[in-house]
Amino acid sequence: MTDPHPSSDMMTSTPTGSGGVAYVPAPAGGGSLDRELAYDAGVEIKARSQWAYARMRFLRHRLAVVSLIVLLLLALVAVFANQVAPYGYDEQNYDIINLGPTFDGKHVFGTDQLGRDYLSRVIYGLRTSLWVAFFVAGLTTFIGTVVGAIAGYYGGVVDNLLMRFTDLVLVLPALAVLLAAATFFNKEGSPLKAAILLGILLWVGLARILRGIFLSLREKEFVEAAKAAGASDLRIIGRHILPNCVGAIVVYMTLVVAGAILIEAALSFLGFGIKPPHPAIGSLISDGQQQGLATWWLVTFPGLVIALVALAINFIGDGLRDALDPTQRRVRA
Amino acid sequence: MAEPILEIRDLTVEFGTEDGVVRAVTGVSYDLHPGEVLGIVGESGSGKSVSMLSVLGLIPMPPGRIVEGQAIFRGEDLVTMPKSKLREIRGGKMAMIFQDPMTSLNPVLTIGDQIAEAIQVHNPGTSNDDVRKRTVALLELVGVPFAERRVNQYPHEFSGGMRQRAMIAMAIANDPAVLVADEPTTALDVTIQAQIVEVMQTAQRETNAAIVLITHDLGLIAELADRVVVMYAGRVVELSDVYTIFNSPQHPYTIGLMNSLARVDIDQERLEPIPGQPPSLISLPPGCAFHPRCVHSQGRAICRTDIPELRSMSGDAPHVSACHFAEELAGTRIGAGAASGEGS
Amino acid sequence: MLQYVIRRFLYSIVVLVAASFLVFFFVTASGDPLAGLRITPNVSKETVKNIEERKHLNENVFVRYGYWVRDATTNQFGSTLLTNEPILPDLWRVMKNTLQLVIVAELLAIFIAVGIGVYSALRQYSAFDYSATTFSFLGLAMPVFWIALMLQVLVVQIQGWTGTKLFPIASLNDVDPGSGISFVIDRAHHLALPVLVLMIASIATYSRYMRASMLEVVNSDYVRTARAKGLAESRVTMKHAFRNALIPLVTLVALNFGALLGGAVVTETVFSLDGMGLYYISALLTNDPYPIMAWLMVVAVMIIVFNLVADIAYGLLDPRVRYD
Repeated sequence: MTDPHPSSDMMTSTPTGSGGVAYVPAPAGGGSLDRELAYDAGVEIKARSQWAYARMRFLRHRLAVVSLIVLLLLALVAVFANQVAPYGYDEQNYDIINLGPTFDGKHVFGTDQLGRDYLSRVIYGLRTSLWVAFFVAGLTTFIGTVVGAIAGYYGGVVDNLLMRFTDLVLVLPALAVLLAAATFFNKEGSPLKAAILLGILLWVGLARILRGIFLSLREKEFVEAAKAAGASDLRIIGRHILPNCVGAIVVYMTLVVAGAILIEAALSFLGFGIKPPHPAIGSLISDGQQQGLATWWLVTFPGLVIALVALAINFIGDGLRDALDPTQRRVRA
Repeated sequence: MAEPILEIRDLTVEFGTEDGVVRAVTGVSYDLHPGEVLGIVGESGSGKSVSMLSVLGLIPMPPGRIVEGQAIFRGEDLVTMPKSKLREIRGGKMAMIFQDPMTSLNPVLTIGDQIAEAIQVHNPGTSNDDVRKRTVALLELVGVPFAERRVNQYPHEFSGGMRQRAMIAMAIANDPAVLVADEPTTALDVTIQAQIVEVMQTAQRETNAAIVLITHDLGLIAELADRVVVMYAGRVVELSDVYTIFNSPQHPYTIGLMNSLARVDIDQERLEPIPGQPPSLISLPPGCAFHPRCVHSQGRAICRTDIPELRSMSGDAPHVSACHFAEELAGTRIGAGAASGEGS
Repeated sequence: MLQYVIRRFLYSIVVLVAASFLVFFFVTASGDPLAGLRITPNVSKETVKNIEERKHLNENVFVRYGYWVRDATTNQFGSTLLTNEPILPDLWRVMKNTLQLVIVAELLAIFIAVGIGVYSALRQYSAFDYSATTFSFLGLAMPVFWIALMLQVLVVQIQGWTGTKLFPIASLNDVDPGSGISFVIDRAHHLALPVLVLMIASIATYSRYMRASMLEVVNSDYVRTARAKGLAESRVTMKHAFRNALIPLVTLVALNFGALLGGAVVTETVFSLDGMGLYYISALLTNDPYPIMAWLMVVAVMIIVFNLVADIAYGLLDPRVRYD
């Protein structure tokens, strides 16, 4: 009752093909193990690193690649806001009030009743949104990874606390908690404080995910092997388990960036996020709203930009997920 | 021999994948006779499952495609038959048992429900009472204790062996003429395997069905099969009765399989695995698909250029082999240095 | 099954109590709620002292917690800090309004999303599938408040061109909506746009998830078995695939409820609806901790109840869970 030969999955297709090799028995007959490779029927096999494969897979997603380019362009615009924006954020000019979007390139997003050019406002607001979002992502990733790793690897008290804490966090809606937190701890509307508050709330999801991964990987043989070889806990976590989590971490990070942009915009819109004089897209939308709905361009374009950024990030996240975790095979129709 | 109940002729099945077209099955032909157990042996990727799944209409047809071939069951071709007619046969006169009973049973429906469904679909109009009675009777037949109670339980409340028994019960519910078992014991513990073999033998006694036993487990084949089809890279490479296949195979792949088995009845100095890896079905080697791993080929040109046809071998029993040099292999002894291709 | 529900229920109580601690200490830690009042010129020291006594603000934190819990459970959540009005009646009123909005939006969203998800899975890579996926991506990328604003702008613009106002864009009812059926119709008319706004994000999330779940199930072994039994494809889909695919969605809907309430807060603000959103924001703006805490606890209860319902539904759908 033995399996005569270890088998491969039926639908496996090695990307570069493999023809296999043939062995010719040593001339003197008998079961000698000295066999030469006599014939190579297949194409040669190139060795590629895991990251190269991931990059290849990512580049296959046209939408993700386009989104990445768009995002980079927007980031550049934001970083060089001072140079790119034609006017200041609060620069008022009573000669040009209430202009709809003009096609002569002068006021592409229009102006409001104080004569402020909305394209410039959006550019400055975008800068704030982007750096806050990335800051939050970084903070979240750091805390989430550390807590998740400890909880998943060591279990015990830290794990229990984490799970209970997660249950608690789930019971209150994120936006409501942030609104209250902003009221009590960020009355002045500083972007940095807003980012910190967001980060404090959002790390929990990542910690939970990582805890799960660590729990399952910790039982695997390669960890046992590393322990047998004398590796310290830190080394095992850092060099053996954590690299396997990179996919999940990166995907979560993109979700956090997109989410942070949207939440920050909502908070600023409601007046509980980033407040003047700091530029914020949410604020400019609420400014626009206060003028009434006839000057529709004031609320439309800033929101469009936010949606575009969020969309791009989501596409990139999708591409990254496929690149780093291709468990799904697409079969051509 | 009696008229075959199922005739597979020149079956070719392809799949379109991201990386290219996969020829899972090429030019496969074999017959199934009433009441017999036909074993289909091969590694994963040999096409052994696909050949039966495709004629039953169980492979997803957008990526999969039956390029050509026929499957004559009781005079009608399953391949060209309208889907509704095929559905009547499937689960009725031709039934399947799958490999992993944990995932092959619907977790949210009771075992009784699932067996009853098989009965009701093919016997509409049967009273609920009769269906239930038959369900319990089937469970008893396959050896599920306390069948009356267990009929209302869910799959996760059954053990692995019990689940496979339930699957067999489901398959024989409508008195099939052909029972296809796809790796029925692979997912089970060894001790349970023996029990399931018994259940299958019981099932065959009850229904007089012909069984197509698809597996890579040669021990199972030795135990149950009457005739054996050996497949490699989507083609039939050898076909004969089970004794011939085990004792005097005449194809390098079959010989390799037999040599790699640990056996108690002959003297073996060492186990000889077949060197190399099975080929990728997208880029098959030219000529004979087995030649890169073939010890007997000795680099001869024809193995690299021409695909060998199935030819009859001499001897009492019907025996075909697809090797250019099959005759040279007559009388090959299994074990003890036979790998080098020497004769007896 | 009953055991399972009871256990979940008891655990929820524990979580609720823990949440109440958290909320109270968090809010108290923010500082003196009367700070603004103390420095207001016209307010006498005595007024301030009265309020302090009424609210036991001079006692230690645990005692105040005790008073608060007592008020919450027996005394309509106490009263507001400055105006000394009972909290619960107002809160109850706005809660009913918000529930109307949220429940209608969620039920419609689930219904539509399940349909879209299943159909997309069955017709994978079709034009419908691609459009549905695109819609999902868009729906998740657009900020909720912006969608609300855009709809308002659209209505106003259409009114500008054609003179007809398709939907009201503010408040729950017209000034004099009448009673009975005409009241309901008027309310429905006013809630149409807000419901639409909330639906978009939900549908975007749920349909994608349903599609993925359905795809996974449709390729599963037990669906293959069902086909092998000779069942018609429609029966395979409905009886075997669909029910199994629905199970993970229950968890998702439960988890999403918090986000849904957040969306409701924003939407109500934009449409000026007298709901929990505006109530909360005004409480925050006046810095009055009592309605804030009351609101948070009520919302916590809502979420817990909703999760319990989801747990029960999950247990009904998936027998494997019941005997834990």
